[in-house]
Amino acid sequence: MKTNGLNMVYYKVRKSNSFAPVILKVSTTADFGDRTKFSNLQDYQNNHSMYGGGYIFDEPNNRQLKEEQIHDDPEKLTEFEDRISRGEKIEPGDWMPSEYRRQLIRLIEQHAHSEIIGALPEGTWITRAPGFKRKLALIAKVQDEIGHGQLLYNAAETLGKSREAMINDLLSGKSKYSNVFNYPAETWADVTVIGFLIDAAAIVNQIANSKGSYGPYCRALERICYEESFHLKQGHDAFVELAAGTPAQREMVQDALNRWWQPIMHFFGPPDKNSTHSEKLMQWKVKMASNDDMRNQFLDTYVPKIWDMGLTLPDEKLKKDEATGKWDYSDPDWDLFKIVINGGGPCNKERLDVRKWAEEHGRWVRKALMNPKDKISAPVA
Amino acid sequence: MNNQSLDPRVNRLKLNASGEAVTVQEGENWNVFEVFHQEKRGAHHEHVGCVHAPNAQLALIFAKEQFGRRKKCVNLWVVRSADILAFDAEDEDMFANNGEKTYRDASGFKVMEKINKFKKAAKES
Ligand SMILES: [Fe+2]
Ligand SMILES: [Fe+2]
Repeated sequence: MKTNGLNMVYYKVRKSNSFAPVILKVSTTADFGDRTKFSNLQDYQNNHSMYGGGYIFDEPNNRQLKEEQIHDDPEKLTEFEDRISRGEKIEPGDWMPSEYRRQLIRLIEQHAHSEIIGALPEGTWITRAPGFKRKLALIAKVQDEIGHGQLLYNAAETLGKSREAMINDLLSGKSKYSNVFNYPAETWADVTVIGFLIDAAAIVNQIANSKGSYGPYCRALERICYEESFHLKQGHDAFVELAAGTPAQREMVQDALNRWWQPIMHFFGPPDKNSTHSEKLMQWKVKMASNDDMRNQFLDTYVPKIWDMGLTLPDEKLKKDEATGKWDYSDPDWDLFKIVINGGGPCNKERLDVRKWAEEHGRWVRKALMNPKDKISAPVA
Repeated sequence: MNNQSLDPRVNRLKLNASGEAVTVQEGENWNVFEVFHQEKRGAHHEHVGCVHAPNAQLALIFAKEQFGRRKKCVNLWVVRSADILAFDAEDEDMFANNGEKTYRDASGFKVMEKINKFKKAAKES
């Protein structure tokens, strides 16, 4: 597949409503070494697709899935699917369908971006956290989130997309991150709501994904989930301290809850009835639970903990149907959700501009240390 | 919409002053090193993940930050990912154990059976 440092790149072109067949294009890209015999995939972005699940885009239709399946070796595909149904993990050197690779890169990359961007609203409050212990905990938590981003970028790199390409797609807006981080943390109470409830929602999503089929992603998530338990606990502690505090503190945390409830309801993505979620992705254990199931699991665990403190949530319909075990709630505004994903939220521009500033102003350090003759390789596992 | 940030530090940065797209150059995030973590003296070093670094010395520093900041750790190794030699995942079957390998397994030798048989024969004679 390789000639004179030139890698063959699978290049997809979107033509009106249909996908042109996969074209082989020769271009210069990073050399991922001989061990990884695949090409650096050009990630494409469908602007009309939705942010489904905590971090993953759902395909609006599975036309492309069918087209690519035709190109995959049927014998190897059966072997691959059998392995997954036996509960075995897929590792970087294994054969995998091109659609599996593409969806995983997308999922893990967006998850990584979410960790990095997610550190920004909380990072804002480090200098103003009330007291030394809260400041220490917040610094540690924000550092963890950046660490999570690193672990996840590494997992995505094992699939053949370079870290630089992922960062560039974040900066250009081509690749998304979790929608909740496009809202500002206005008060200290917002930080407690984020640390408690956003991290709780992320844990529901991450525990589900850690049982998926791709080895490197599962291993990264295991380490991440271990650290998340501290995030949740310190967030819950700070939240309860306000909720059990003075009338002014209670008012502050109630106000934060009111503002954050809709973004939190958006977190797991559109309702199952609206999203044509791919059965293939479920079968391949890329998507581990439906959006509604994860949202229900979150509500079931955390709404009682909020009500316990005598706080309210801005949804009169919110209650558990004891017969079905499912929670009833009013649909959050899904049009607003789409607007915010596509750049119309209160902080989208600031978040990306901060990342661009950091990349621009840190460049001289990275370049000074960079060895242009270095042969770059992908992570092994 | 007001573009002022709630973070005074962000307001001081003069964000997007150039208005130009920012692109990171391939290789700018350096090379990849695998990290091995030793939890306590006497234990094996175990593979825990990787870090990006321009050289092995800095890889150690980053590995300490990334993998040694929380759980117990007494030592770390780093090695360039490119220097890891591994079998192809597809060749996994060559490690499959077959039933005929009991000769290299403790369970393949029935010593007590022989001893008991010998003792029984000795008693009867
Ligand atoms: Fe995280
Ligand atoms: Fe977290």
